[in-house]
Amino acid sequence: MKDTLNADAPVIEAKGLNLTFETGDGPVHALRDVNLSVERGEFVSFIGPSGCGKTTFLRCVAALEHPTGGSLTVNGMTPDEARRRRAYGYVFQAAGLYPWRTIAGNIALPLEIMGFSKAEQAERIERVLDLVELKGFGKKFPWQLSGGMQQRASIARALAFDADILLMDEPFGALDEIVRDRLNEELLKLWAATGKTIGFVTHSIPEAVYLSTKIVVMSPRPGRITDVIDSPLPKERPLDIRDSAAFIEIAHRVRDGLRAGHGDEV
Amino acid sequence: MKGKAIPVLIVLGIILVIWYLCTVWMNAAWVYDQAGRTGRTVGFGELVQATMVQERPMLPAPHQVAAALWDGIAGQAVTSKRSLVYHGWVTMEATLAGFALGIVLGVSLAVGIVYFRVMEATVMPWAVISQTIPIVALAPMIVVLSNTLSLGEALGLENRLVSKTIISAYLSFFPVLVGMVKGLRSPDAMQVDQLATWNASGWQSFKYLRLPSSMPYFFASLKVAIAAALVGAIVGELPTGAVEGLGARMLVASQFGQPLLMWASLFAAALVAGMLILGVGAIQRAADRAMGVRP
Repeated sequence: MKDTLNADAPVIEAKGLNLTFETGDGPVHALRDVNLSVERGEFVSFIGPSGCGKTTFLRCVAALEHPTGGSLTVNGMTPDEARRRRAYGYVFQAAGLYPWRTIAGNIALPLEIMGFSKAEQAERIERVLDLVELKGFGKKFPWQLSGGMQQRASIARALAFDADILLMDEPFGALDEIVRDRLNEELLKLWAATGKTIGFVTHSIPEAVYLSTKIVVMSPRPGRITDVIDSPLPKERPLDIRDSAAFIEIAHRVRDGLRAGHGDEV
Repeated sequence: MKGKAIPVLIVLGIILVIWYLCTVWMNAAWVYDQAGRTGRTVGFGELVQATMVQERPMLPAPHQVAAALWDGIAGQAVTSKRSLVYHGWVTMEATLAGFALGIVLGVSLAVGIVYFRVMEATVMPWAVISQTIPIVALAPMIVVLSNTLSLGEALGLENRLVSKTIISAYLSFFPVLVGMVKGLRSPDAMQVDQLATWNASGWQSFKYLRLPSSMPYFFASLKVAIAAALVGAIVGELPTGAVEGLGARMLVASQFGQPLLMWASLFAAALVAGMLILGVGAIQRAADRAMGVRP
């Protein structure tokens, strides 16, 4: 299926996307007129306060929510079709590992569901455990691992079936700062090694600026995009790049965008 | 283990002391009555001694019950109609059959309720109502009905076993049903979404997520269900003059004024209950190990 895709076509493309939830208190505009185009191999962060629709947008891409207006394509297909073709791996805020399965068993789960052979499962498990630096932990149960290691295992699980898009919904939100820095660094390495397109939802300005090639700033009520920043930072990013002038400048722009979004509230 | 044993022994000791005091108190009337007829007076020491050895006491002393229990278990051939092992086995057979039927019934209804909205509205209220009817009132009807329909013969089994099994299942399916409905619904929205991202089918999400998630609830419900199944089997032995089983043994003993036998049967039933609960516990531990539960 991949060969039929145009390599230059956007991986994710939203045009005039709207999503309204009907609630008891009347309609809630979760997303209004969202236009966004994500190219192959980009690292896109979605940042904004709660209720700005960043998670909702990611869920639309994953076909977990269905837009009420506008168009959205993933790999040139509808999100539902893209999901059936295993276009993306999704990493949730909680690792969500099954406690009754070992780490290897957890990574095998999507592979079993998708019908990979036993031999191929074993080979893929080895490979992704290596990618997330959890080699040798396959036989452990989740409770034997720290929170950071569990989240790495859940990333390995999302990588196991070769989806070329990785959607991550605040994957490091529940982890402490030190573990988070380390995982951010590893995620960049992993991104460079695999060339995947990554959609990353976060609350943290430094995290968004450090990781992304494109930062999408969103604001709530109605959920909408207020700014899209193409990062001038190089692809190679040591942790201390966060002290550079360029980094601070982008962080300022993100903060301004967030403030502007709140400004027309009051 | 040692830490657990001491409190248990203390409580057991207190119960025994109270029991002995009650024995003296409740059986004293008969001793005084006997003495009054011959015009004798009874001293305290003599009174205590006399209350412990009666053949038909109001309340048998613990050691009398223990002796009767021992005689019923070890003093008879296990095939004898006087053996509590024999009667215990008859009851246990019906209990296990009813327990198994109750599990099958409870789990299937729970699956139906979780997957079909219409079943939640139609089945659940009746399941709750079924448990509000006193089983003692219902048991004779079940026995008569299953005998009239010769359900047992149709299945190649004894009619008595079938009716007891039905009563036992009637009591034990409910906790399993409630536990499994809760258990199958225990996965959170995120886990369900996650399976959706892998495009898992309904059967796959049942097999991989819902069923394993329900296991802790299942085993908790089994402990209630096994006790209910035993009560059901014993109650099923009470009406219509059953001649076998611990329930029948208790009934006969109470009708023919043999309190020692009645108490021994009661304790035999408690032993059976203990064994069944230990059995369920062992299965649960094995399942826990297989599912990697943190020790």
